[in-house]
Parts: sequence; C-alpha cells; structure tokens
Amino acid sequence: MNLIKILKNTILVILAGLVLTACASTKKVGTGQLQGDVYTGTDTIEYLASGVPDRVFFATNETVLTTASRETLRKQATYLRKKSDMNVVLEGHADERGTREYNLALGERRANSAKDYLMTYGISANRISVISYGKERPVDSGSNPLSWSKNRRSVTVKAN
Amino acid sequence: MIFLRSLFIVIIFQFKAFALIEVDITRGNLSPLPIAVSPLAVDNDSLAKFEKIFKKKNIGAEISKIVEDNLKHSGLFNPLKKDAFLQKPDIAHLKPRFEDWQLIKAQALVTGKVELVDDKLRVEFRLWDILAGKEMLALAFTTVPNNWRRVGHIITDKVYQRLTGEKGYFDTRIIYVAEEGPKTQRIKKLAIMDQDGFNLKYLTLGNELVLTPRFSPTNQMVTYLSYFRNLPRVYLLDIETGIQEVVGDFAGMTFAPRFSPDGKKIIMSFAKDGNSDIYTMDLENRIVERITNHPSIDTSPSFSPDGKYITFNSDRSRYQQIYVMKSDGSNVKRISFGKGLYGTPVWSPRGDLIAFTKLHKGKFYIGVMRVDGTGERLLTENFYQEAPSWSPNGRVLIFYRETKTNAKGEGFSANLWSIDLTGYNERQVPTKTDASDPSWSSLLGN
Repeated sequence: MNLIKILKNTILVILAGLVLTACASTKKVGTGQLQGDVYTGTDTIEYLASGVPDRVFFATNETVLTTASRETLRKQATYLRKKSDMNVVLEGHADERGTREYNLALGERRANSAKDYLMTYGISANRISVISYGKERPVDSGSNPLSWSKNRRSVTVKAN
Repeated sequence: MIFLRSLFIVIIFQFKAFALIEVDITRGNLSPLPIAVSPLAVDNDSLAKFEKIFKKKNIGAEISKIVEDNLKHSGLFNPLKKDAFLQKPDIAHLKPRFEDWQLIKAQALVTGKVELVDDKLRVEFRLWDILAGKEMLALAFTTVPNNWRRVGHIITDKVYQRLTGEKGYFDTRIIYVAEEGPKTQRIKKLAIMDQDGFNLKYLTLGNELVLTPRFSPTNQMVTYLSYFRNLPRVYLLDIETGIQEVVGDFAGMTFAPRFSPDGKKIIMSFAKDGNSDIYTMDLENRIVERITNHPSIDTSPSFSPDGKYITFNSDRSRYQQIYVMKSDGSNVKRISFGKGLYGTPVWSPRGDLIAFTKLHKGKFYIGVMRVDGTGERLLTENFYQEAPSWSPNGRVLIFYRETKTNAKGEGFSANLWSIDLTGYNERQVPTKTDASDPSWSSLLGN
C-alpha cells in the first residue's frame, strides 16, 4: 500500500517536472524576437527605402506605439518628406485570437495611431489613407505567440 | 467549463388512450424519440412523371429521407431503419396497423403521399401517435415541383412543432462565407444553402473580400461587409434579384451590420480616425442616426426582438465586454462580468437570452447569458470559435470554428458547427468548402 503511494508521488513529481520543462522551453523560443509580446525581429519586414522599414508591431489588444515603432515611423516620415508627391496607405491588422468584427476596429485603430504619429512629423493627413484588414490578411499562418506577434501590425504601403 | 447537462428523461408519454406524445426540448435529450418515417407513397402515374422531371427514382422516398435526416440532426428524434417497416407506405397512410409499428418500438409515425396534379406537386402527410393509436396531425399542400426539398423541410417543421410545441427551423437557409486558399491569402465568397447543406449557391465571385453576411428577419435581403474597390463598406444584397448597393455614404469603414427586427433599419459600426461607434440607417428614408459616442471601440451591435434594446461589445472598460442599452443609445449598462473577454453578443429571437463568444485563458467559448448578464452558461470550448447565430426558434446556435495550424503553419481550416441551447447535439454543418460567419434565416414562410 505504502509502496504504491510512494510510487504515485514519484510519478507525480516527475510529471510536474516534465510540465515545467515544457513550459520553460516554449518560452525560450519566443524571447529572441519578442519584447513582452511585441515582435522585435525582422522577418516579414519589407523596406520602403534602404533603412526604412515598412511596418510597426503591437502588443495583444494594444494600439499604443512602442519606442521601436516610433523610431520606424520617424524614419518613414523623413523618407516621405523627401518624396513629397508620394501618398501612402496604412494597413492595420490584428492577430487571429480575437473576434472578427472587434479586430476590424482594432486594425483601424492601429493604423490610425501610426497615421497620427506620421502627422506629428509633418506628413499631411491628405497624403495618408487608412484601411483595416482585421485578422483577414495574416503574414504568418502559424498558431503560436510569435506568429501572432508578426500579424499585429500596421504596414505603410506606397499608394502611387 | 460548465456544460448544462440534465439527467431528466425528456420524452413524456402517458398510457392513456387520449394522451399524445410530447418531446421536451428545454433539456438535453438523452433518449431521442423513436419515430418511423414511412416513405411518401407515389401512385404509378405520378411516379413516371416525377422520374422525368427530377431524374430521381422515387421522389416519395427522397422526401422522406429529408424528413428523417432533419429529425435525426435535431438530436430529439431517432428515426428508425426503414427495412424493419412492415406496412406498405400507401396503406400505412390510410390506416397504420399500430401493433406492427409498436413491434419495432416506434412511438410516432409519419406517413404521406405525393402526386403530380396539374404540373404541381401535391403533398399530404399525417403524424400518428403509435401508443395512443391516434392521428395527431394531418396536412396537405401544393407547391411547384422545384420546391421538392422544401416539402421535406416543411413536413419536418410541422412534425417538430406538433411534438415539441415550438416552431421548427428546417425550412430555412444559411448564408455564410465560403473560404478557399492559403491562410495568408484566403479567397472569400458569399454562399447560401438550405439549412441541411443542399442547394448551395455562390452570391459573389471572390474578387473582393466579403465578411459577416446577415439575413433580414423579414425578407430575402442580406447585409454584409465588402472590400469592393478596397473600400470596406456595408452592403445590401437582394438574394432574389442579385441587386446590391452600398449602405450609406460614410467617409470611412462601415462594418458589423445587422438588421433591426422589423427589417427596416441596418445597425452597424462606423470607424473613423481610430474610433468605432454604432450607427443605424433607415432603409426607407436613408436617415442615419448615431447611437453611441464614445472614444472606445463599440461594435457587433444586435437588436432585441422587440427593437427596444441593443446589445453590443465595447472596450470602454479597457477590454472587450458586453453591454446593453436602449435603442436610442441611452442607459448603457455592462452585463458581462465573468473572467475573460466577451464579444459578438446576439439577442435570442425569443428575447430572453444573449449568445456570445468568450475568450478566457487562450480558449474560445460559445455561451449564453440572460439579458441582465446573469445565468451565464458556456456551451462549448475550443481553440477558436466565434460568431453564434440563432435558429429562428431560438433553440439552436450556429457558429464557426477554426483549427490550430501545426509548427509549419499548415493545417488551417474553418468550418460551421451547431449546438443546441442545452449544450447537447454539437455537430459540424457540412459545407462544400471551408466556411465561416454563418447567419440563419427566418422560416421561409410555412
């Protein structure tokens, strides 16, 4: 009887250990390219011009710009001031972990927070249009936190 | 995860001669009612003519198969195998030998006949209580031959109504978004089908992204979101004529449309400068009214069946939650207070419940709560599912579910599912392609 109990406990401890290691290892995968849950890597990014990334990333359910995002947008603003006849579309996106309609609104809000920032650096509102795709156009089809972080984005696209 | 599961036996029958069978649909049904659906009898003359029209051997058997499948899928009935039937269809329809049907444990029997009269399909059918040895229902009607599948659905609705005391939901259609292609470049088309998956028709070609179609509760109009010319706007489509038009001239994205219960207004969200609020547009005079005015995201609005209230989701308390307000936008009250995020509230056609999607700890749930937010019940849990839509009798919810992809990002699919309000009878609704955003029509008019 006692032996069975001890065996049971040992198995439980081993199981718990396994679960913990599993958690630890999944976390590790993300940390290289995630800060909080905002994407900080360079996959999927395209460039409007040399050194001018086309997109910024957001935390889950968030629309505020991170320090890195603001830096990217300042580079875009500098570039757009030089190309004064160029118009852009800001495409706002969400990840797949939200309801479709809310995500449409969230994408619109994300694109607008990028737009507002570009405007504070002198880009006129009539050069910028905004469209939200919600969760309809992911760049990464994975179902994991890293993929989702790449999909929570606002992408600046040349309109002409 | 609380499934409401009740252990009551739901078929109530009494052994009195005058007592008639009844099926209780308010509880999960553990023992579906054994029912025999005899093939509809067809006379030889009609049989030959029908074969010419339909290229089907026996239209009577085909129609009874529709009835049988409907009853089976409802989860409330157990249609018995036909090879055990002892009585011929035409004779059973005149007068069943009740002891024969009792022998195969049938408690109810559907009989009928179908004939061609003046190029019209004439149907009559009867529902019998086997134990009481009584006729419960007898009906006859005439329709154009092309409607032959609807005949099966109408018979099911009448049988369902007679045995449960509530209207059916079988002579109905589902509009949804048919999906194809890789996850990063989905092609989406509006599609419409009968509730059982037959008579599929595509309403758009897939050239532009389309989302969230919803039926008018009163006629054959549909409202949906289209990205035509890259301008996401709410559209109105007449599914009889195919005519479509953009709803209102808004300087920004309009989305999340639904009809008011009288079909005269569309309620939707309008997003501008990073803020989404709720608006209505009167379809007759095109007058637009702003219903909410708040810096948060207000979307997924749905009217109560009496038109006096609106439920919607908003992140005004920081995260997505469900609210109810008067239809003029006053008296906004939050009703969801459980753990997690709540979205896509839809008011039941019976008025007493709101169905919703809930996200908690990485899982998605479809659930219902009373309109004051009490009595929350979660019906089903999954990796991803959302957007419930009610059957017209308020007893079944249809929604869509998406699968998790593997490490390579493969294996994505989206499908329609339905579940009873009881939490029982969860089943996939078969569609030809992947599918999402289902909306259930009203009864087509029987």
